[in-house]
Parts: sequence; structure tokens; C-alpha cells
Amino acid sequence: MKTIRNVVCPFCGSLCDDIEVEIEDNRVVKVRKGCAISATKFTKYNEERIYKPRIDGREVSLEEAINEAVEILANAKYPALYGWSCTSTEAINIGIEIAELVGGVMDNTASVCHGPTILGEQDAGISTCTLGQVKNRAELIIYWGCNPAHAHPRHMARYSAASRGRFVKGRKERTVIVVDVRKTHTAKTADIFIQIKPNSDFELLTALRWAVKNGELEQEEIAGIPAEKIEELADMLISCRFGALFFGLGLTMSAGKARNIEAAVNLVRELNNYTKFVMVPMRGHFNVTGANEVMAWATGFPFAVDFSRGYPFYNPGDTTFVDVLTRGDCDAALIVASDPVSGFPAEAIRNLAKIPVITLDPHETLTTMISKVVIPTAVVGIEAEGSAYRMDAVPLRLKKLVEPPPGILSDEEVLKLILKKLKERVK
Amino acid sequence: MELLIKNGYVYDPINKINGEKMDIAVKDGKIVESVSSDAKVIDATNMLVMPGGVDIHSHIAGSKVNSGRILRPEDHYKDVKPRTAITRAEVGHTVPSTYTIGYRYARLGYTTVIEAASPPLKTRHTHEELNDIPLIDKSCYLVLDNNWIVLDYLSQGEIDKCAAFIGWIFKALKGYAIKIVNPGGVELWGWGKNVESLDDQVPPFDTTPREIIRGLCKINKMLNLPHTIHLHTNNLGKPGNYRTTIETMDTVSDLADGKPNIHITHVQFCGYGGDSWITLRSGAPEIAKYVNNHNHVTIDLGQVVFGDATTMTGDGPFQFILQNLTGNKWKNADVEAEGSAGIVPYKYKRKNFVNAVQWTIGLELALLIKDPWRVFLTTDHPNAGTFMKYPRVITWLMSKVAREKVLNKINKRAKKRSTLPSIDREYTFYEIAIITRAATAKALNLANKGHLGVGADADIAIYNINPMEIDPSKEYKKVRRALKRAAYTIKGGEIIVKDGEIVKSFIGETFWVKPAIPEDLEKDMLREVSEKFKEYYTVSLENYIIGENELASSKPIAVKTNL
Repeated sequence: MKTIRNVVCPFCGSLCDDIEVEIEDNRVVKVRKGCAISATKFTKYNEERIYKPRIDGREVSLEEAINEAVEILANAKYPALYGWSCTSTEAINIGIEIAELVGGVMDNTASVCHGPTILGEQDAGISTCTLGQVKNRAELIIYWGCNPAHAHPRHMARYSAASRGRFVKGRKERTVIVVDVRKTHTAKTADIFIQIKPNSDFELLTALRWAVKNGELEQEEIAGIPAEKIEELADMLISCRFGALFFGLGLTMSAGKARNIEAAVNLVRELNNYTKFVMVPMRGHFNVTGANEVMAWATGFPFAVDFSRGYPFYNPGDTTFVDVLTRGDCDAALIVASDPVSGFPAEAIRNLAKIPVITLDPHETLTTMISKVVIPTAVVGIEAEGSAYRMDAVPLRLKKLVEPPPGILSDEEVLKLILKKLKERVK
Repeated sequence: MELLIKNGYVYDPINKINGEKMDIAVKDGKIVESVSSDAKVIDATNMLVMPGGVDIHSHIAGSKVNSGRILRPEDHYKDVKPRTAITRAEVGHTVPSTYTIGYRYARLGYTTVIEAASPPLKTRHTHEELNDIPLIDKSCYLVLDNNWIVLDYLSQGEIDKCAAFIGWIFKALKGYAIKIVNPGGVELWGWGKNVESLDDQVPPFDTTPREIIRGLCKINKMLNLPHTIHLHTNNLGKPGNYRTTIETMDTVSDLADGKPNIHITHVQFCGYGGDSWITLRSGAPEIAKYVNNHNHVTIDLGQVVFGDATTMTGDGPFQFILQNLTGNKWKNADVEAEGSAGIVPYKYKRKNFVNAVQWTIGLELALLIKDPWRVFLTTDHPNAGTFMKYPRVITWLMSKVAREKVLNKINKRAKKRSTLPSIDREYTFYEIAIITRAATAKALNLANKGHLGVGADADIAIYNINPMEIDPSKEYKKVRRALKRAAYTIKGGEIIVKDGEIVKSFIGETFWVKPAIPEDLEKDMLREVSEKFKEYYTVSLENYIIGENELASSKPIAVKTNL
């Protein structure tokens, strides 16, 4: 039995890097320090595994599966490559070159979660920081439209509300505010809970900015919150030494989307005229941030990149996978480390079912079930190493803890093989 | 592979070769005495031959650059080039993609470029991007002046341990030199504040900007690092800041031993006279006078080029002021226990008084500082303009006519206040070779770069222009055209550019320093640092370290220290 320390957890965007695992007979037998989700991820990653590559449900050799994948991609006029948030940055990087080579669309799951965060940032910027800055300095923390108690279980203890930093020593020295449409578990632990009317985030953010700038509001009530309460809140934001706003899909995916983010950005920007204030998106999958980073350095754009012109073209709403699919434009798809079938709109899935789909995944998913070619891969962060970016864009190195099942390669290795053969095929 | 570059006019200032017609022989990636008759011959008759360019300060890789890319889709749309059989697709203007950066530098005849500021915690990201920049050799400076562990040690007067920590961090993170960015000020930016003078306190640390600079300058010497400290001043971007710049240079003058011990970067941004934006004037004459009288200082220009730019620095409070001045979109990104970064898109306009003064400052610095070995060409890419504009800046330096043409179009008040119209100096090709490759390679102490002597790396630029016939003062446009598209760029003995087009692509080396630290001292230091790490950081010390296997082509440079 051996113990491996400082393991980076490949589950959520928190990328906790202090996990201890015990390995026996090439299996993880014990997990320490991780949250419940992390422990499950490390110990049950072998459930629902796929062990053999398949074409049309028939088990084939890896070589046959790769050849078929290459044929599909080489013959497609407008293939789409999608997913990427649960694999290594290196694998995504190879995916980008494949997309460039075949003139397809390269998109990642940000387009259906924090895409609006990126669009808001592209309009107005963002004042942000790494999580340690919050841990060390933040006296006031807002969780807006996010529920870390469930989605990022160790976030509050390690990085935010209850973390212990150099200048702020713990939960007692911080004020915690939750803004949400319902009283979540996170809200129950807050000092102040603001129950906002659904789809009125934009109004409340704008009113707050007004109150920060001008002191008083004319209306009696905004977004279901009395004006006095908003004014009081604005005073609190101004008078803390360092404030941090964490936000989730409750803000990015409710009415207004990117406009909500822009309103939050402008509020935080205004607050920086009085004190120090930052905002950090609560990114979900463990390397969705890395997908945005590597796409940006290789193509200039963080998601939704169309290579049909030979160079990168970016037009979210048009070049985003869900839109390409809904229009029925793409004639083949390569899905890596994602399960769009379980979450996409019905029309998009109907179109996906009509075209040849190649899926790389360690596990059986709804998407593997409709795929023409399925290539099982190693679980990144357990059976394969690679880089990943935390929600605050801090890069970390995922470890290889155990060997993958016999004959199973990592996403990176499989994609390299596909790229190599494609290069021989496509000029 | 063997190459013979025949009959070119060679400018190789390190070897004191000034426009001599000669042949250059290349074998196995190095310059050699002679080659066999099988060597491939490049006819460089009537062409200009120089060592490959060495850029000492450019923002090419890492979290800050990538934030700029993400922030600015509008920057990329109109500047694209499809994939070819040899090259990846190109995209981006002021903040281009990694591939684009490599190809465009190579086309200019540049073969070595240093990323100017990498926060240690995000240096893994910097390396991932450096891995994807083709053709050129590269490295990165590590921002260390607002680092809590450094500040703790300096406050406690534990300079040996501080030196050991910095030595260790170069080994652990694979960087090249100590970068200082608004020392003390960036730490205070953690609370939305800044420093205003070299003697302001930086609570809770018992130190000041002056003590940080002096401490790091001493440590740089103790570690025997190849480059000097590389410093972005306090008060950057503020009228009257030329005084801070001179004071900063002077604060380490007593620590010098006849060689440069401080590099002040993008001095245009810290060369402002006057006391408000209305009374703004150039502080270049005063700075040039100081540099001319003190040989412990080197500088680079940060020359403004009119048009689009993306400002990006590790100076959070400066970027905050800039976003308030411009109202443009603003990204701020603080890094725990280490520093900050800010990004604001910007456009320099000829008719804008401040921008026009900025334009004159860089040129005045280059023309008033007498020793070209101590003033280097940069635009602080992409802060004052992109590196693609280097040929344009070069022609301003080589031609008074070219300068006057711009002077006649800029803001009239700025022109009237400037000494630039009265300066007659024009750079020669020899001097241009100094400020773009020889002097920068020397300042970085890269023994095999920036020259064409036997044993040097075969990094060579050949431009299709006859330096014996052309009058750069009058025919500056021809010079500019030739420099924009190298006739040949040779990297490590391989022809990578021909007639301005990429003909071969591969990944160059990433070099980094590996200082030897006494084992006991390192152990003591690491014991303390690992404790601090738990309190200050949100990652473990083990995961902070970057493995050599994470670099695509790693080239460590062993350094004997004086510890």
C-alpha cells in the first residue's frame, strides 16, 4: 500500500490540491481530506467503465476505431468538436489542431454554463483575483446565484467564507451575504440572505451600483427588495476593506445572461473607487477554465471557434455547438469528456443522433449510446496526468495515481493518434 | 546540416564587424570557421546580415497575455491568416495567438524573446504558452518584488535566506531573471492602495520600495544571475515621474562594480516631466543625462507607436488609473501573496497631446543616450504598440526626415514642447544592430546569442537591402520594407523564413537559470517556506513546482552563486 499526498482532485473547478489517497493493487482504496463528491470520484471511477472501443455497438480494436474516427472527420464538410471540460489541457490543445485541420467548429462546455461570463467580460472587463487573495484579505463575501455548499463543497472552507488567511483569520472575521431566489444550504450559513425575485438580478445589480454611486434610490422596492435594504447593502460593500463576489449559473443563466455579468462587472468597478472589490466565477467542471485558456492562446478566442474559413472565427450564438447542432449544420461530431445528450435541448440532440458521432470517454453515458464510434479513455487525474486550470485560472498538474485498464489510452494519446492519421489523410 | 551565407554585408557589433563583406559558415546549428563544399549556399550579395534579433522585454505568454486575448475578440477579427501546410492559422493583432507570435517575430528576423513578467503562481501557464510559441527561443522573468516570502525575509533582514528562496524559485519555476513591478505599490493594491515614493512604508511589512529594490539588487549579485534586476518603476504613468526613475537608478548606484546592476524597463512610461496632464513634458533629457553619466544603468524604450495597443502590466494600481482615465474596459487580476495584473485596451492618437508627448519621449531617450549598448529597442509589446512596429521605430531612429514627417502631424503643443525637432542624430545600421540584438544579448548574458562569432548559435537575419548604397536617412521606407520581411531568417542553422514567408516550423528552446544553493541553507529556507505556504497560498508547495518535463524544450543554465 502506498499513500500519495497533495493529489489534485479532478472533479470541480475548485481543484483542491491537498487530497491524500491510498493505493493498493493499482486501486484507490482510501481518500482523505476530499469532500464527499471527491471521495466518490476517486473510489468509484471504475464503475460504468467502457473497456473496449466500439463501432456501431460492435467491439473493435483501437486501431479500427481510430481509423473509423479519422474517416468520419476527414469526410465531414463541417464537423464539430465539443466537450473538453473534463480532460487535460494538453488533450484540448490537440483537439484544437484537429479542428483547424478539418475546418470544423471547436467549442467547449463554457458555451452552456459560464459563456455569458466570458461575453460580459468581453464587453466590460472584470476585476478578479486568485482564491488566495480572498482567503487572505476578504472581509466581505457575496455568493450570488451559486450554492457552493453543494456544488463546490470545500470552497468555503479552503478559499472563501471560512478560510483562514494572513489578514483575515476565519469565518468570524468575515461578513457573508447570499443572493439567491431560494434559501439554499449556502444561504442558511450566511449572515445576510437576500431573496431576490427570479430573473431580476440585473435590476438589483444596477440598483446597487446606483446606491453605491449616489447613496439613495428613488423607487421603494427593486427586485423584491426594499430600497432601504439595498442602500444599507451598498454601504456595507463600500465600507469593507476587501470584498469578493462569487457568482454561479443563477446569474449567468437567468434572464439577462451576459448583461447580468456586465452589470456585476460595473458594480464591482464602481466599488473599486471606494475600496477593493473583486469577482470570481464559480466554474463547474475541473478544467473548463483550462479549455477557455488553451483555446484563447491557440486561437484568440476562449470558446465557439469556427475553422471553416481556415482561420479562427468567433461568433457565439452562431458558432456555439448547441446552435450549430440545432440548425443541423454539422455533419459529424467528436465529443470528448462530456455528455451533451444528457443536457442539450431536444432538437439539438435529435440532430446529433442523425450524424456520425465519435465519443472519447472513460464511462458509459447517454452520448456514448448514440455514438457511432466510442473510444474508451483513461480517467484524467487518476489514470493519466496533465494540466488543469482552477476556476481562478491557477494552473495545476493532475497526477497519475494508477494504471488505466489494459489497452486504454488517455484522451491526449488517442487524439494524438487521430491527428497523426488525419495529417496523412488531409492536406 | 551545413550552410554558407556568401558575400553579405555583416553587422556584428559584439565582434566589432561593421558592414564588412564576408561569408558566414554554419554547421550543426552553430557558427563555424568553414564548411565543406557540400554546404547549402545562400547568396547574400548586396544584403544586410545581422545576428537574429533578441527582444529583452515583450509580453508574449502567460495569464496576463491570455487575459488580453480573451478580453479583446475585437482585436482578432481583422488580423487572420489561414493554416498552411507548414504553419498553424494566425490570428490576433495586438494580442495575437502563440503561433502568430512565433511566426511574426521570425519574419522580422528575431530569434530570441523574453516574456517580461510572470507571476510565480501562474508560471506553469506561462510555460504552457511558451511551449506553443514556435521558432524563437524564449524565457520569462519572474515577478518577485511583491512576493510575501521575499518581503518577509527582507523585512527581517534575512538576506541569505531570501537569496536562497529566490535561487530556489528559479529552479522550481524555470525563470530567467528577477522582475520588479512597482515594488510595494502592488502589494498595497491588494487593499486598493499604492505607494507614492521610494520611502513609503508597505505595511504590514517593515520595508519600503527603496529597501526592496536594494535588497533584490544585492541578491541578484549574490546569486550571480545572468541578467540584472529588471525594473518597472513606482509611479509609472504619472506626470513628474522621471524624478522617481532617476531616484530609482541612483538608489543602487553604490552597489555597482563597474557593470550595469539595474535595468529600467519601458522608460517612456516613467519619463514624464511636468506635474499634471496639462503641464506634461518629456523627462527624457534629464534621464538621458543621468544614464550618460552613470554606467550601472541600462534601459529599454517602450516606444509609442500610434494606433492600437493593449496595455497590460503587473502594475494593478497603474491600470486602475488608466481605466478611470479612458473609461475603457478593464481587467484586474490579483495573485495571492505575489502581485497583480491589469489590462486596458488603448489607442495612441497623433493629435492627442499626451500621446504625442509619449511618442517623443521614447525617441528622445534613444537619441540622447550616447551609448547604444545601454539603451534597447522595445515597444513593451503590446503596451505602447506591437513588436510588428519595430521596423517603423528603427526608421525613426535612422532618419530625421522620417521623424519630421510624423512631427508635422502630431499635436502642435506637444511638438512645440519637445526637444526632438532639434536632435540631428541618426542611427547607423551598426547601432541598430546593437540596440536590437547585440546589446540585449549582452545584457541578458546570453553568450551564444546576438553575435556571429565562431561558436555562437546560428541565429541569423538577412535583409534584402544594400547598406552600402542606401541612404536610410532619405530612403527610410525601403529600410522599413526590408526589415518587415526578412529575406532569410535562420534559427539554429535551419532556414525558417525565406522572402518573408515561414518555410519551416519547430519549437525553440526555453532557457532558465539553475543557481547552485548550499544544501543546508536551502533546507533551512524550505522548512520555513513550506510553513508560510500553508498560510499564504491555496496550493501546496509540491504542486507549485514545475517539472522540467512540463517544458517542451528545456535548456537549464547552471549558475555558480556567491552564497
